[in-house]
Amino acid sequence: MGFCGTLRPGLVQLRVLDLDKTLDFYVNVLGLDEVGRTSDGRVMLKAYDEFDHHSLTLRKANEAGLDFVAFKAIGPNTLEEIKERTVAFGYQVTEKPANSDQPGFGKRYSFKISTGHTFDVYCDVDLAEKGPQIKNPDIWTTPPRGMRAQRLDHFLLYGPNIAEAERFCEEVFGMFVPEICNTEDGNRLATWITSSNKPHDLAFVEYPQPGKIHHLGFYLEDWHDVGNAADWIAINHLKLDIGPTRHAITRGLSIYFWEPSGNRIEVYAGGYTAYPDNPQRVWDAAQLGRGLFYYSGEVIPSFLEIVT
Amino acid sequence: MFRVTVRETGEWFPCGPDECVLAAMIRSRRGPVAHGCCGGGCGVCRMQIDDGQYEKVKTMSRAHVSETEEGAGIVLLCCVQPRSDLLISKSDSAVLKSLKKDFAFG
Ligand code: FES
Ligand SMILES: [Fe+2]
Repeated sequence: MGFCGTLRPGLVQLRVLDLDKTLDFYVNVLGLDEVGRTSDGRVMLKAYDEFDHHSLTLRKANEAGLDFVAFKAIGPNTLEEIKERTVAFGYQVTEKPANSDQPGFGKRYSFKISTGHTFDVYCDVDLAEKGPQIKNPDIWTTPPRGMRAQRLDHFLLYGPNIAEAERFCEEVFGMFVPEICNTEDGNRLATWITSSNKPHDLAFVEYPQPGKIHHLGFYLEDWHDVGNAADWIAINHLKLDIGPTRHAITRGLSIYFWEPSGNRIEVYAGGYTAYPDNPQRVWDAAQLGRGLFYYSGEVIPSFLEIVT
Repeated sequence: MFRVTVRETGEWFPCGPDECVLAAMIRSRRGPVAHGCCGGGCGVCRMQIDDGQYEKVKTMSRAHVSETEEGAGIVLLCCVQPRSDLLISKSDSAVLKSLKKDFAFG
């Protein structure tokens, strides 16, 4: 459950270069369901264990990367409070009307933060036609496919001035920051931020170019399913980045790879239980290798350098 | 098998007609690019093809190769397959340049 004004990140719109090939990956390899298409040809998708209308929209574009991420607020009053606090924080807010570019979604407030990313916040969204059962529910309705992704989990964003972005998430969304990494001179190098028991809903790494996405993370049931995901990567000749491995940061069990348009995907299981009253975990930049990849203790260059 | 030669170093590696040049470069460990998204999205494999025939088999992100540049033989190596021996050289990658200058981890 959420402790904060926001419940979780509930929607992401990604740009893809080759819609058919990339959609085939999301549906048949990652295991998402296609919910429908917008009038301008974008594709709406959701994971089998998600209740809301859709959680991922793919837009064919001539560059890969992220259009926006959207956070679900706990209710209409909170949504208005968040809007007011965002304006007071100094960001310019625009309103995207209900059922406009994202069918099934109520109105969204939209704004750009310091790192160059567009954040939306909303509270109303239709339930999906094909959501999990709720009456004496079975564990699934149709057998999960491929990597068996259960739900959207988190994303790691790269951009400038992450200290301000972190402060925004705390002061405006009411999120908390279970884990941080600082440079030797005490500046924020990376931050992990959440609104619930999850160790992170989002994370930032300080980076000169604005608006970049490092990866989009989906949740798997367990370590065995991380191994199953590795098999699907190999069978489909997807490009592996790193894993299966364990993070010391968040304690997640993880594997990273690239989908056919070059956006990095993580599938992830486990992670510790975060509470806002727990002390913050602090990493020195020199120890980040161990924090990210606990078994090898070393960061690989591709993980640091490649973003879309 | 075709021969892909890197202009700056003179080293070469073999590349089949049904694989992308980047995959062959990574496998041979001869050439300036050692990793990448292999999907045409990230731009780290941007290079210039100075000589030879090739086919573009994937969409290249316009964030990294403009139309004019594409016309001048600049490619993302993960998106092209050889149709003859190739001569390739480094092209300025905006991504790598800014990274090397501003971004050091740890
Ligand atoms: S490796 Fe990412 S664009 Fe070629
Ligand atoms: Fe992650």
